Amino acid sequence: MNYFNQSLTSIHKQLVDKDISAEELTNQTLKNIKQVDGDINAFLTLDEDGALAQAKQLDENGIEPDNLLSGMPVAIKDNIVTKGLKTTAASKILENFTPIYDATAAAKMKKLGTIAVGKTNMDEFAMGGSTENSAFKITHNPWDKTKVPGGSSGGSAAAVAAGEVIAALGSDTGGSIRQPASFNGVVGMKPTYGRVSRWGLIAFGSSLDQIGPITRNVADNATLLNAIAGHDDHDLTSSTKEVPDFTSTLKKGVKGLRIGIPSEFMAQGLDDDVKKVVNETAETFKKLGATVDEVSLPHTKYGVAAYYIISSSEASSNLQRFDGIRYGRRAKNVKNLDDLYIKSRSEGFGDEVKRRIMLGTFSLSAGFYDAYFKKAAQVRTLMINDFTNVFKDFDLILAPTAPTPAYGIGEDVSDPMTMYMNDVLTLPVNLAGLPGMSVPAGFSKGLPVGVQLIGRPYDELTVYQAGNAFEQATDFAKQTPKMGGNN
Amino acid sequence: MNFETTIGLEVHVELKTKSKIFSPSPVEFGDKPNANTNVIDWGYPGVLPTTNKGVVHDGIMAGLALHAEIERHPHFDRKNYFYPDNPKAYQITQSETPIAHDGWVEVEVNGQKKKIGIAEMHIEEDAGKNTHESEHSFVDLNRQGTPLIEIVSKPDIASPDEAYAYLEQLRQIVQFTGVSDVKMEEGSMRVDTNISIRPIGQKEFGTKVEMKNINSFNYVRKSLEYEEQRQQRVLMSGGTIQQETRRFDETTGQTELMRVKEGSDDYRYFPEPDLPVLDISQDWIDQIAKELPEAPNKRRQRYVNELGITDYDAMVVTQTKEMSDFFDQMIREGADAKLAANYLQGSVNEYLNDNQVELQDTKLTPQHLATMIKLITDGTISSKMAKKVFKAITKGEEPKKFVEEKGMVQLSDPAKLQPIVNSVIADNPQSVEDFHNGKDRAIGFLVGQIMKQTHGKANPQIVNKLLKDSMNK
Amino acid sequence: MTEKISEDQVKHVAELAKLKIDDDQLPYFTTQLDKIIGLFETLSEVDTDGVEPTSSVTDQVNVMREDIADNWHQRQALLDNAPDTQDGYIRVPTIIDESGSNE
Repeated sequence: MNYFNQSLTSIHKQLVDKDISAEELTNQTLKNIKQVDGDINAFLTLDEDGALAQAKQLDENGIEPDNLLSGMPVAIKDNIVTKGLKTTAASKILENFTPIYDATAAAKMKKLGTIAVGKTNMDEFAMGGSTENSAFKITHNPWDKTKVPGGSSGGSAAAVAAGEVIAALGSDTGGSIRQPASFNGVVGMKPTYGRVSRWGLIAFGSSLDQIGPITRNVADNATLLNAIAGHDDHDLTSSTKEVPDFTSTLKKGVKGLRIGIPSEFMAQGLDDDVKKVVNETAETFKKLGATVDEVSLPHTKYGVAAYYIISSSEASSNLQRFDGIRYGRRAKNVKNLDDLYIKSRSEGFGDEVKRRIMLGTFSLSAGFYDAYFKKAAQVRTLMINDFTNVFKDFDLILAPTAPTPAYGIGEDVSDPMTMYMNDVLTLPVNLAGLPGMSVPAGFSKGLPVGVQLIGRPYDELTVYQAGNAFEQATDFAKQTPKMGGNN
Repeated sequence: MNFETTIGLEVHVELKTKSKIFSPSPVEFGDKPNANTNVIDWGYPGVLPTTNKGVVHDGIMAGLALHAEIERHPHFDRKNYFYPDNPKAYQITQSETPIAHDGWVEVEVNGQKKKIGIAEMHIEEDAGKNTHESEHSFVDLNRQGTPLIEIVSKPDIASPDEAYAYLEQLRQIVQFTGVSDVKMEEGSMRVDTNISIRPIGQKEFGTKVEMKNINSFNYVRKSLEYEEQRQQRVLMSGGTIQQETRRFDETTGQTELMRVKEGSDDYRYFPEPDLPVLDISQDWIDQIAKELPEAPNKRRQRYVNELGITDYDAMVVTQTKEMSDFFDQMIREGADAKLAANYLQGSVNEYLNDNQVELQDTKLTPQHLATMIKLITDGTISSKMAKKVFKAITKGEEPKKFVEEKGMVQLSDPAKLQPIVNSVIADNPQSVEDFHNGKDRAIGFLVGQIMKQTHGKANPQIVNKLLKDSMNK
Repeated sequence: MTEKISEDQVKHVAELAKLKIDDDQLPYFTTQLDKIIGLFETLSEVDTDGVEPTSSVTDQVNVMREDIADNWHQRQALLDNAPDTQDGYIRVPTIIDESGSNE
């Protein structure tokens, strides 16, 4: 079966009513993936045996009637470690790596009875925006197989868009959940920094990374965030703030909500269709009773530079542990220790990863630290202040998620600068640590276009509330791609 | 040309916490390789560090003991370098905001007192251990993540003797806080030195030469003495000192070149994003200050001024906190201070050395030793008997009970001794005559006779007095 | 256009990062990095005098773990995952240069 026109609630009802058992559901999910994924390549690893065993166990224990996730097959991005299930971060350096512990987010999902059917493709170590930087395969956009699914969580977003699973976990360092959500016509949430534990997320930019859900609709997304949010003793940066029920305000509507659209996000370089989608979204919100005004985030244009310095610097340090000594790939026929390091890393990392490591190493190196790393960290402060100022008068920011709809496979890889500029609309949210969600909001030449809703720190509630109101008022989220021949 | 010497010392001290600084793995040594490691210690993909509160506590305590300012908002930094014993290829340390700064230690060299400044003290993680064979090296990560404090001196140390005295003071001060064993031989204290010389009057410091991991205070002094001389020879002969790292060869007593430094190392420090900054309250600092055990110099002053023991004795009993605490407890139990100090530096030290054990690992207790000393001072046992008693208390026996059971009580009652004295005098008229003729040796013979009859239990002082009194009648 | 990074600097950075950039790739890599670093330099337009740098956006301050030892007993699993081990040690080619060691 596929998950088009389904929701957690509809599947859950079938499970509770015993129209289908968890084992049958898992079996059919796997069967469908095998049929569909040959064209999409969303998955790097499937865990058929593990998933079926878990499903069987759940059937024996009984589906929990009050738990929407009980017995629900899901997919997990391949940079979130799963005990006993190969986790590669789409890198050759981890091509045969099997973690011996679970990421907190994965463990929490498992505990609630979700069944991880497999691990999804991504840009190597989450570095990229098209999933073309995977060391293993190219993922295709279900809406148009000549297009990229976005990235880095391209596999997770494509898997949900193609109806292979009802929900997936992704990670977002500079837009890696929201941009592929936009490209695939699905809902993707990057929670506030600290909302979800990073324990077990293979680190890219430690001060920017967050795990978040990718789903077909807003309500499902809120349910998944309920499952994974909360403080974790393993991650001291995870917030001890109380976690609200993210589904509790979904039906509250947007009457009186003050929404700002940053003029800098609507500036040149933005695709006309995307601009139109944002403006139409604004109109819808107004009709629903919100106010929409133009706001300014003056330091936006420095975001790309600040982001690439900070994320690459952190990555250069985070990725040093991949040295071929303790786990992962060790180069053969080495002359000495230094040779082992250099060969293992040079053979194990792809070009984009190397480029970022080099940029980061350079930005931190003696004589350049103040001009690059420190300067970027200061500009980051100014960007945070920009947001703080806007949120004094506004409850929510509305912005395009990506400058364009999904582009063609192979179009962008040649020039890293073009690739980096594509993140301009998403990365400020990571630099400021805010919650941001992309929801389907329109189409451009048959390709989905998403818009971003950005909230105050820890105010995912308002983001979900507005997202759900918009979703109920429109039918973009109900559209499905025409898949293969059987649709 | 005359030169002046500038020495800098960087001292690493391992803290005795139960768990590692950034992982809950136990801090224990001597186990199987990698037995005390987990995914964090191995730098696994996805792991995160967690700051051990005990380490921050101990860091503050050591900082206070070194009279340093405590940094109220310290954070951690990453120091990046590749090495097999460094699993993340970065060490979590403190570079921008060390937990303590601007402290001092007072040393005394050749009767001169001098304060040596401490520039900063930070907390960081230790690396694992590599061992080497011809074809391979072997990595054991048990030590990885053991908490360290690193204490960096100001360029105040002007001679190898001062360096020695500084290290001795530092060791003692830290040892008395109880946060570390501070043992060079076990690696819980490690010393790196740097030394430069410059012609007297020259403003700028000379070029520094570094020496790493020298394994005793004596070798630190010797290596610095050698290096001081070598650098003078080089400069006198018109040469220049190059920035280099040298190794001290203990057999030749000389230093030799290890590697020349090309510029400075590029460790690419930056703030550790995985750990929130700390916010150390004045309350916490005050509370730790209250917990801080009395410092060794304070104890020495107290021992000399209040207990009347000599400077030397006071120094000996303050070698370690355990010894000093033991001594204090003996005094509280009523032992004579001078005797207590004598026993600690005599029999006790001898016993510890012979058996290669620490005071706290023996069955000796301050109560037992104090009881034994009281038995000596009240004349119940002789110091000769005390040897046997000491042996018994090293086995944990109660001295009073032991003395009674063995019937070792000294015969001091004149009423019991007088008849024996009388009969010995009656039996040895010749000796009595000798005594009256001024032959002092005679009394020794008579005492010996009495000892023989009493099987050595007679109190010699009393016997002497009784003999003299009787013969002079 | 002035050069932001030279081929020699690229080589030096690669050395620090333990990466090998082949000689024939060097000009290409250098040009690319140069362009990106050019972008980085736009930050110099921003007046950041007196602005505190932000290195984390966590809301957490002063969170610490109590000093309680807990052995997770992962030794065997860790060793099983290592590419080369002997007698419970991780095995690597002989380390000749001890100078890289932490003090």
